[in-house]
Amino acid sequence: MKKRTLGLIVYFILLMLPIYWMLNMSLRTNADILSVFSLYPRHFTFENYMKIFTDASWYSGYINSIIYVSLNTVISLATALPAAYAFSRYRFIGDGQMFFWLLTNRMAPAAVFLLPFFQLYSTVGLIDTHIAVALAHCLFNVPLAVWILEGFMSGVPKEIDETAYIDGYSFPRFFTTIFIPLIRSGVGVTAFFCFMFSWVELLFARTLTTTSAKPIAAIMTRTVSASGLDWGLLSAAGILTIVPGALVIWFVRNHMAKGFAMGRV
Amino acid sequence: MAQIDLEEIAHAYMADPREVSDYALKRIHNVWQDGGAYALLGPSGCGKTTLLNVISGLLTPSRGRILFDGRDVTRLPPEKRNIAQVFQFPVLYDTMSVFDNLAFPLRNRGFNEKDVKKRVHEVADILDLAPFLGKRAAGLAADAKQKISLGRGLVRRDVAAILFDEPLTVIDPNLKWQLRCKLKEIHEQLKLTFIYVTHDQVEALTFADKVIVMYEGEIVQIGTPQELFENPVHTFVGYFIGSPGMNFVPFALENGIARVGDAEIFLGERLAGVAGTATGELKLGIRPLYLEVHGKKVDQGVEARVKSVEDQGSFKILTAIMGGHPVRARLAEDEPVPQETAWLRFPTDWIRLFSDDRLL
Amino acid sequence: MDKWEDNRAWFLVLPVFIIVAFSAIIPLMTVVNYSLQDIFGPGQRVFVGVEWFKEVLSDKRLHEALVRQFIFSGLVLLIEMPLGIIIALMMPKKGWGASLSLVMLALPLLIPWNVIGTIWMIFTRPDIGLFGAGINALGIAFDHTASPSDAWVTLMLMEVWHWTPLVALLAYAGLRAIPEAYFQAARIDGASAWAIFKYIQLPKMRGVLTIALLLRFMDSFLIYAEPFVLTGGGPGNTTTFLSIYLVKVAVGQFDLGPAAAFSIIYFLIILLLSWLFYQVLQNVGKGEA
Repeated sequence: MKKRTLGLIVYFILLMLPIYWMLNMSLRTNADILSVFSLYPRHFTFENYMKIFTDASWYSGYINSIIYVSLNTVISLATALPAAYAFSRYRFIGDGQMFFWLLTNRMAPAAVFLLPFFQLYSTVGLIDTHIAVALAHCLFNVPLAVWILEGFMSGVPKEIDETAYIDGYSFPRFFTTIFIPLIRSGVGVTAFFCFMFSWVELLFARTLTTTSAKPIAAIMTRTVSASGLDWGLLSAAGILTIVPGALVIWFVRNHMAKGFAMGRV
Repeated sequence: MAQIDLEEIAHAYMADPREVSDYALKRIHNVWQDGGAYALLGPSGCGKTTLLNVISGLLTPSRGRILFDGRDVTRLPPEKRNIAQVFQFPVLYDTMSVFDNLAFPLRNRGFNEKDVKKRVHEVADILDLAPFLGKRAAGLAADAKQKISLGRGLVRRDVAAILFDEPLTVIDPNLKWQLRCKLKEIHEQLKLTFIYVTHDQVEALTFADKVIVMYEGEIVQIGTPQELFENPVHTFVGYFIGSPGMNFVPFALENGIARVGDAEIFLGERLAGVAGTATGELKLGIRPLYLEVHGKKVDQGVEARVKSVEDQGSFKILTAIMGGHPVRARLAEDEPVPQETAWLRFPTDWIRLFSDDRLL
Repeated sequence: MDKWEDNRAWFLVLPVFIIVAFSAIIPLMTVVNYSLQDIFGPGQRVFVGVEWFKEVLSDKRLHEALVRQFIFSGLVLLIEMPLGIIIALMMPKKGWGASLSLVMLALPLLIPWNVIGTIWMIFTRPDIGLFGAGINALGIAFDHTASPSDAWVTLMLMEVWHWTPLVALLAYAGLRAIPEAYFQAARIDGASAWAIFKYIQLPKMRGVLTIALLLRFMDSFLIYAEPFVLTGGGPGNTTTFLSIYLVKVAVGQFDLGPAAAFSIIYFLIILLLSWLFYQVLQNVGKGEA
């Protein structure tokens, strides 16, 4: 038991080192970062954070990202929950092919698909809207959500469904009041993954937006200027990009840890 | 095989129990005979599963000792106690064949493969699992899966007791009866100590030689099914066992007569004497089966208003109001049913008197 | 588990189908269209058949990139899958330790990919980066901009740092979903910790591990932003993976035809391998039946 905890602590220290370094740099000026090696910020400054919070072109990036990521998470979960239930409980024409086809949508190399994507979303008039990015991210998040949820749902004995239907539950009522609570750990994990993958995706988000829905990850690339990178500003922005996702996982952590208790029907 | 001694067991799930109500098990002090078939019966939350886990070693009790054949096992982990347990849901090693599932406890204990094979085949024969030995366990029906769980206990010759935690929950109703008979048959064949937890009195009464009725963390009565039916020591036992449960009416003692509102029930000399010694709140109990129902006035009959009659198939349940309290009587299918007014007679041999819910 | 046979289940799948097909099918058709044409500019295109495919398939630099890609993805899976499972097994089951572990695991996953490359660029610098300075202080000469092996080590470290938490999170969620009765039964049966892992935890995690393996395979095979920022594909071409090469072809040479043909081949390789992984994992442990 002791050895196990020690191993875990060593791992987490290693895991946190690059993030600590980013935090360290975010509290220093760019000139300071580039001139001396320092394990901690000697000339402590919040300048970088102040700049992000006061400059609308910076903080609107966060707001845009949060809007389309939340939209995407909601759409992904809402459509994937019933579909995952269908895959875990029913046999129907083309079920296996459909299930695997969904996943193939994560496999396309984005670089070449960007232009056709831009053309498609221009045609339907969605360019530079939050919903465009949210929809585009569904391409890889919905299949992922279906796959993860199907795994959790298959772990729930089918007898639970049968009992509920015999007791006179309708499908929507059974699904929302009995079934989803049973797999809440799976829903929590899925929500987090949808949030995460949509949050860090850059190529689609950058291609489909110009100004009014531009994501933070794209704005961060602006720190590259003629004089090189502003490391301090970039690090501060990097630290701030972690915060929303960390909040999400904080809220779903209990669902992840709880698992589901079999037999408590 | 072993005799199980429970000495002053108490258990609380919280770290620092202060009041009696903090304890899931209040005080259990009992000896369970080697080779007995015991059923732990009680409603949800009465502490029966806690007690089972204390015996199996999945929980260490807050207080008290457990002895198996005189050996203190209180602090031993489950694998050192020689017990086996069958859980509510079938617990199987999904990737293994039925044979490997049954062989698993033996292989873990380092038996050689020849003995393992012989023993697994013996147990498979007992449980009628022989045709499935080569199959994967995951694909079988729920009743076969529960038999495999049981088999993993039976393969160990040294097993002291087999514990069942509501094992028939997931079994089809028409297979439940079969599996229960199979359990009974195995018990008679192997003479192992069986401890069977259930909230279903029919299961408990048909399976066990001795039924242990638990209520709010305490054992209220241990007895044969007949003893529990005829002489419940606590009103809870009377109410919980039997369908419908025993009738209870509060009464006041007046000159050898039990007064219930405006009704008077004849007690006779012996019962009146017993009731006279009691200090607590008095209740009179009688099984619906023994309550006589008459259509016209009879000697020692109490007048009651008929409220409802339910037909249960092979018998009928009549509910009547007497002295402001409902009482139920069980009538044979062919017995005449009084329409509005009935005269109830309480045979003194079947009247049980309780003071503060305890049998007098 | 036997499933119910009912084609009406399609109604439950329909929303997912519509939303994914909207973004998937038209762009895919466009790319297939490009791959068969020579494009000079808007409105000027010539049908060339499978010419681009022939050209791409005989491209020597593509073959090299493909080999590099296989080695990279193979190493990623070999390191991250076992490491992620071990971490999940070590994590506390409940309490503040579990919460803290989960949040810390998630942090690397939440940083945009281009930022990860940038942060590692400075993290590994020998003059002002913690890792670079630390390694040099140990007396090891380390420079990922000059030495191909150092570049590979740095990339692998970054990749393992970034993505092992994903495997660990999925494995942890899978572990927590195993009912407690299994562990109780295993204790009673006298099973060792190894036997519990092999016969209970691993089989019960099969579903989540399949997802973890496929995700890690696909994403590592498509990796672009992090190595592009960190090494730019160098030194030389030693860390030029398929995506980086593809972008060089598509953007660098403004050559949409070959790039489209390239990405279709790329896509088919991933499709084939994912399908193989999927089939193997679906049938693993079912073989004895």
